[in-house]
Amino acid sequence: MNDFAAFAGRYGAYIWPAYGASALAFAWMIADTLARARRWRREVERLEGAGPIP
Amino acid sequence: MIAALANPHRFMAFSRWAAPALGALAAGLIVVGLAMGARAPPDYQQGETVRIMFIHVPAAWTAMLAYGCLGGASFFSLIFRHALADAAAKAAAPLGAAFTLMALVTGSLWGRPMWGTWWVWDARLTSVLVLFLLFVGYLALRASIEDEAKAARAGAILALIGLINLPIIKFSVEWWNTLHQGESIFRAGGPTLAAVYLIPLAIVGAGYSAAFGALWMTRTRAEVWRRRAANLAMRAALR
Repeated sequence: MNDFAAFAGRYGAYIWPAYGASALAFAWMIADTLARARRWRREVERLEGAGPIP
Repeated sequence: MIAALANPHRFMAFSRWAAPALGALAAGLIVVGLAMGARAPPDYQQGETVRIMFIHVPAAWTAMLAYGCLGGASFFSLIFRHALADAAAKAAAPLGAAFTLMALVTGSLWGRPMWGTWWVWDARLTSVLVLFLLFVGYLALRASIEDEAKAARAGAILALIGLINLPIIKFSVEWWNTLHQGESIFRAGGPTLAAVYLIPLAIVGAGYSAAFGALWMTRTRAEVWRRRAANLAMRAALR
């Protein structure tokens, strides 16, 4: 807990939001990227499973 | 390597294992770098706010890396009409926009306690804002054109024109008087940053770059699948 407080010190109001915003941006990038990949892979599997394509 | 991966089948086989491996490497590097940064002493002038540097500077580096990748992929897409290059360009833009926004927001949160202002229209900040607008403009332009080939061409031209902004960002602190500090890492004569800050910064920077690489590959895979699905759906409709 001391480390946690010492990391920010009196500038915590700026440091923690900066780390939070970065974490949010990474969370969005990871979630959106994986969701897209999963969606289109499944769509290809569904269409390929529908029968031979001429 | 680029020539080998230009084949979509080879790229899909390679990226299937390379993307998660790079993602794991990125996570490890970021955790280690930030842990080292948390233990670094406060700066004698900036105090604890120096810790924002460990996320702000890597985000700015990666934003420029992402634009370089967007420009490179756009070049191959425009000149060689390579579909995988266009998919890679399209995949790089939203990631680049996110990293640029990250750099702008963390920079603003660093600037307020150090400069006494959230924003100033100096050359470095403005050129990075232009970088963000280029990413957003690229995405908006592509989304506004229904024909994918025309959208790819228009997007590639915009991306290539925007490449001029990269040296402007890099040298903005030398060419103009800016509130933003001058170059302290990639400079002739070596970095002026103390090793206790430079090492964690370099590790987090490598981690951010690896994270971009992993996400870029995964988004490019998704775009390849999307195009494959569109082709399959069209063929099925024509049967």
